[in-house]
Amino acid sequence: MTPFRSPNDTPLVRVRDLSVRFAGTPPVHAVNSVSFDLAPGEVLGILGESGSGKSVTLKTLLRLLPERKTRITGQVEVDGQDVLALQGRALADHRGGVASMIFQDPSLALDPVYTIGQQIAETVIRHDGLSKSDAMARALEMLEIVRIPSAKRRLANYPHEMSGGMRQRAMIALALACRPKLLLADEPTTALDATVQIQILLLLRDLQKELGMGVIFVTHDIGVAVEVSDRLAVMYAGSFVETGSVKDVIRDARHPYSKGLLAANLVGAAPGTRLDAVPGAPPPLNALPEGCSFAPRCAHAETACSMSPLPIWNGGNGRWARCVQASCLGALADAESTS
Amino acid sequence: MAVTADAVARLAAIEKSQGYWRSVWTRFLRDKVAVCAGCVAAGLVLMAIFAPWIAPADPLDGSMIKRLSPIGTEGYPLGADELGRDMLSRLIYGARLSLFMGVVPVLIAFAIGAAIGIAAGYLGGWVNTITMRVLDVLYAFPSVLLAIAISGALGAGILNGLLSLTVVFIPPIARVAESVTTSVRKLEYIEAAQASGASSLRIVRDHVLGNVLGPIFVYATSLISVSMILAAGLSFLGLGVSPPNAEWGLMLNTLRNAIYVQPWLAALPGVMIFLTSISFNMLSDGLRSAMDVKQ
Amino acid sequence: MSTPILSAHNLVKHFKAGGFGAARKFVRAVNDVSFELASGETLGVVGESGCGKSTMARLLVQLLTPDSGEVHYQGKVVGRELPLKAFRSKVQMVFQDSFASLNPRMTMIDAVAFGPTVHGMSRSDATRKAQDLLDRVGLDPSRFGGRYAHELSGGQRQRVNIARALAFDPQVIVLDEAVSALDKSVEAQVLNLLMDLRRERGLTYVFISHDLNVVRHISDRVMVMYLGEVAEIGPVESLYSAPCHPYTQALLAAMPSLDPDRRTMEAPLAGDPPNPIDPPQGCRFHTRCSRVFAPCSAQAPAQHKVGKTHFAACHLNSAKEHVA
Repeated sequence: MTPFRSPNDTPLVRVRDLSVRFAGTPPVHAVNSVSFDLAPGEVLGILGESGSGKSVTLKTLLRLLPERKTRITGQVEVDGQDVLALQGRALADHRGGVASMIFQDPSLALDPVYTIGQQIAETVIRHDGLSKSDAMARALEMLEIVRIPSAKRRLANYPHEMSGGMRQRAMIALALACRPKLLLADEPTTALDATVQIQILLLLRDLQKELGMGVIFVTHDIGVAVEVSDRLAVMYAGSFVETGSVKDVIRDARHPYSKGLLAANLVGAAPGTRLDAVPGAPPPLNALPEGCSFAPRCAHAETACSMSPLPIWNGGNGRWARCVQASCLGALADAESTS
Repeated sequence: MAVTADAVARLAAIEKSQGYWRSVWTRFLRDKVAVCAGCVAAGLVLMAIFAPWIAPADPLDGSMIKRLSPIGTEGYPLGADELGRDMLSRLIYGARLSLFMGVVPVLIAFAIGAAIGIAAGYLGGWVNTITMRVLDVLYAFPSVLLAIAISGALGAGILNGLLSLTVVFIPPIARVAESVTTSVRKLEYIEAAQASGASSLRIVRDHVLGNVLGPIFVYATSLISVSMILAAGLSFLGLGVSPPNAEWGLMLNTLRNAIYVQPWLAALPGVMIFLTSISFNMLSDGLRSAMDVKQ
Repeated sequence: MSTPILSAHNLVKHFKAGGFGAARKFVRAVNDVSFELASGETLGVVGESGCGKSTMARLLVQLLTPDSGEVHYQGKVVGRELPLKAFRSKVQMVFQDSFASLNPRMTMIDAVAFGPTVHGMSRSDATRKAQDLLDRVGLDPSRFGGRYAHELSGGQRQRVNIARALAFDPQVIVLDEAVSALDKSVEAQVLNLLMDLRRERGLTYVFISHDLNVVRHISDRVMVMYLGEVAEIGPVESLYSAPCHPYTQALLAAMPSLDPDRRTMEAPLAGDPPNPIDPPQGCRFHTRCSRVFAPCSAQAPAQHKVGKTHFAACHLNSAKEHVA
């Protein structure tokens, strides 16, 4: 049985062997055979550094990548629909109707020349065919759902009249206006101050429970991922290197890169001591090494690491790691913790 | 640790850097349009320099019976003008004065305008405010009117035309220089240089000039075509270059009476002006994108 | 107590923000900030956007002139008793944007060598020094020395910026969000480098960051800023374990937990940080504070001593002070 299968039989999102190439000489291998399932109502956190392909993966689910310069292979199904085959009207219904997205920078999603109310109303008129007054009522309801104070007055505000945290809430209201089954979040809290970030994270967590959406949350911040996710996927150089429940990945990381990220986030580091930093930098995506892309930086690298395809360690229940030594690395950690 | 940071960096490293101007040149060569424009511009310059050797006839030597001969006449491949002078030779010789009037005012204005703009941009504050407001007053006049007014006041002649065009181009160049310098001045590497204790002159010399002269120069090259057209306009009005010198604007003027008799012939100087200005413009566009250092 | 190596005395900096005459508005970026730095220690500075930490850094290295207040280096008033140029070689700065802080037209060797030549070192000596420093920060000079900023990665560029600061043989380095733009694994490498350099050269750091985890790891003392003022300053352990200012408590409670079993259940503060133009009267935090009481809106709190070297600007601590 493939380790990517979710325990749920009818996943909301089913991605198999997804690869994304951008034109260039040599072509950029942005995403490399990524496979995963997302159950309805589940939150998957994708954790990775800049250039790891996490945002590209997310954009593929909405088909937001420039068509002419991109080659997508593999299977992507959302709610039973083949996303890669969608065209025209069906694609427009998919975007915003079945799945919608929130961004790091609200100015990508909000139009500066319309009020918040107009923008939300326009979206529901187009997708759900509501009348104008019903749409405005829905817009008001959405602003209340995202807990914008004095929502009625805020309907008539333009994006620039709102503070950063308010704009982020308005963007969430816009994204959720048509009750999508899948919410894609691309670092929505990265640009925010700490005290605002936690408000937005808690809001997203509450809304996800209330509305029962599936959420894919992309971030570079482990702390943020832990706050919102049920499952975690660690991405490196365009590949998923490890997935599992948040607890399993945080407490018993099997891939050396995941371990390195945890160390870099100062998990359990004594103040003032040298950090167990991963040396070097990720390989360029247009010249990936054979086999494991992390091997050149890995302290445990051996000859088997250049095997292609790499063996996958399967821990059951959707827990796996793409590393030759995943099983013994886990055992090593156990031995260290008991001794 | 088995692999150290710099060991990996060494593995991933590429060959030694090729230097800024080399990389600009490589990028420029990749831009086909700009390379073509550059070739045309270079050809025009060579034509101007070697005019006496290229031109088949004396540009001032007319023949009354050959007046307004059409293009393709025996001995007159591009026809003859209203005084029966060989058109081809006059067009070739005309490149000398036309290019001169296009390039020289811009070069002088570049030197003066860049100095003013960089000083105003780097010093900022009230120096900037006063300088830029004074330039704004000059800039408020339409450039054609300003050139005509100055030339008119000084009288006809090449030198006076040159002077008036220079004055016209100082404000726009200074403005661009000021805005480029102001944006560079706010960058952290200038702050870092200030934190090193270097004097303002030294910071301008070592950190500002190299980063602003390129963009200002590119902007100035785009003015060459404007300058040529303005110079032609001045000559057309009887200011600037005076007959019987060969200059494209002047030729356009003297041939305008023939426009119903020999329209193709009368259009030839205009074609040369068009060709020159468009090739210089495309060249400057190409330079601009080639000099754009990406992160 | 020995003379502090660097100290700020009542620094004030306001920026004009539009309006004319009486209606003229000011951004009160830094308002009466004082602190001392002991030689060899690292002071972490934390706060949200608009709290004035970057302005404070630029005042400290004299890139900005304060409206009032002084910076002292080893007890001497900078600019009056100590010439600015001499001060420059003692106190250096590393900026957040690694790309913008390198001249795009200079090779890395020249960028590092520039400082020493300003201070009278010969070109060849400066180049040799730059090579040594690039090597020290982990960049092979023969490979990276001739490159330009756009040919390096973010982490490599920030190493060059550190080498450039080191080229002055400074005593103090002000790091303004110097690792914030880097990816986590690269950030850890640069933090290691900074800690190694601190030990080798006995450097004093002012480490400005919004990342409380990183500040906790690298700092000896921490200063919390809110809307241009110091809310709390104290030793790292006591400030993190027993914060005395409600704002510090909120900042710490807002940190994502990193423990899946103990997720954050409640946001400590509502709303965004207020605009530093026209900040609230009295205690600047009272509009967001959950423990606000009578004096807060009327009177700005003084720095109350809550531990041996631990101070908090909050009225709640005025009683505690007498006990301590």
